[in-house]
Amino acid sequence: MKFLDALLGRSKPTQPKLDALFGVTGAAITLEASAGMKPTGQAAVCFKPASGQGFAAASEELQGLLELAVKEAGSSVRVTDDRYGYRWVVIEDPDMEDLVTSAHLVNSTLEQYGFGPQLLCSVFAFADPSGKRFHLVYLYKRGTFYPFAPLDGERRDNELELRVKATLDGDLPIEPELGRWFALWGLPLG
Amino acid sequence: MARTRFPADAGLTSRMLGTMFLLGLLYVVFVAVLIALLKSWILVVVIAGGFLFVQYFFSDRIALTAMRGREVTPEQAPELHQMVDRLCALADMPKPKVAISDADMPNAFATGRNQQHAVLCVTNGILRRLSPPELEAVLSHELSHVAHRDVAVMTIASFLGILAGLVVRSSIYAGAWGGGGWGRSNDRDNNAGAVILLVILASAVVYALSFLLTRLLSRYRELSADRAGAILIGRPSLLASALVKITGEMGRIPTRDLRAAEPLNAFFFAPAAAPGFSFSTLFATHPPLERRLEQLERLEAQLGRPA
Repeated sequence: MKFLDALLGRSKPTQPKLDALFGVTGAAITLEASAGMKPTGQAAVCFKPASGQGFAAASEELQGLLELAVKEAGSSVRVTDDRYGYRWVVIEDPDMEDLVTSAHLVNSTLEQYGFGPQLLCSVFAFADPSGKRFHLVYLYKRGTFYPFAPLDGERRDNELELRVKATLDGDLPIEPELGRWFALWGLPLG
Repeated sequence: MARTRFPADAGLTSRMLGTMFLLGLLYVVFVAVLIALLKSWILVVVIAGGFLFVQYFFSDRIALTAMRGREVTPEQAPELHQMVDRLCALADMPKPKVAISDADMPNAFATGRNQQHAVLCVTNGILRRLSPPELEAVLSHELSHVAHRDVAVMTIASFLGILAGLVVRSSIYAGAWGGGGWGRSNDRDNNAGAVILLVILASAVVYALSFLLTRLLSRYRELSADRAGAILIGRPSLLASALVKITGEMGRIPTRDLRAAEPLNAFFFAPAAAPGFSFSTLFATHPPLERRLEQLERLEAQLGRPA
């Protein structure tokens, strides 16, 4: 049907793939066991806010749900907008599973309201044994992960990224097209 | 299951289908007439096919060269690249090449035969005049053109027009040289003259009709791209404000610049029309501003509805 959609000029918004996200808990264990890379207890979900009452209602419900979940799990959450007009829900919790559950709460709430296509990515922060930070980025539309290791001056530590990829191959669906490993400068994670 | 807030626009789809059907019908009739009237129609088709081939495979380079656009790396235009990166991730499509043209005219275009060979070009004028969110809305409109494969669709759709125009011209030449026409019929009987006249007449009619239909199709493609782009960023009003800003600016640009750009209109975000020279609605490559704004308004209303 893709051909027909192109012919008729009616591409549909891409729906997010949510299931593969849960694989990150297993990946965290692999990373720590085989490379000494530990999660820093921070994660974020990034989406593009839509205009209108529909989205406002979704945001409101999301806010309420998040506060409840955070209270229950003992984690903290904050919401910031970046300069590209995307909204980040940043969650802090030492427990990886709580992080993933909170992230999934954001996904499922947005999807429930019909805003699934607005989801861009979610990010999980890690540090290698020497303290270098990197992130595992989950692309909702592809259902794949890729590592992103920012350096000062908007450069990327490609060596570390490829090392992470090699460690995780087989554990996680890693994005095969390197062109889609786009940089996320100015991440609101610590 | 996954839900979307936007019901499909059945009206737009059916109008586009209707236009394509008429174009296809015209195609078939025209080819049938050619075969009936000419002996060497293959030559015509081969020449026109050559045109089509060049346009199809080199559309990205042709358009870029015509607009004096140059490709930029992420280091040269980090913000623009970030915007495109994110929009592509939202829409789940491969990232096109990004180019900037030095033109002061505020505009943007996307070209290339498929998603792997696409180029997204913005002018310096648009970078200066639009706010970043508005620019993003324009980019998402252009990315929708890429996703809809509009260059391929429009090139193929305009093939008939090129073919008919070619036939008219070569028939007139053939008649003027008194060669009695095409290929084998070298004897100068009255019959050959009549056939040439008929061919010219038929081709001219086909040319006019296909011209109108491709323009109509182009307007529907624009509306589709507006719709898909607005849905992608989730804020239809941003695209509307970018449109208003650009079309307002377009009127104040020196005419010479605009005339040079007019042949490229089909690729543009907003058409470059010299002031005072009014396209009648039938000939326009883009729908009128009011029509585009009205559609965006409707989308905005759909967003406003509570779930």
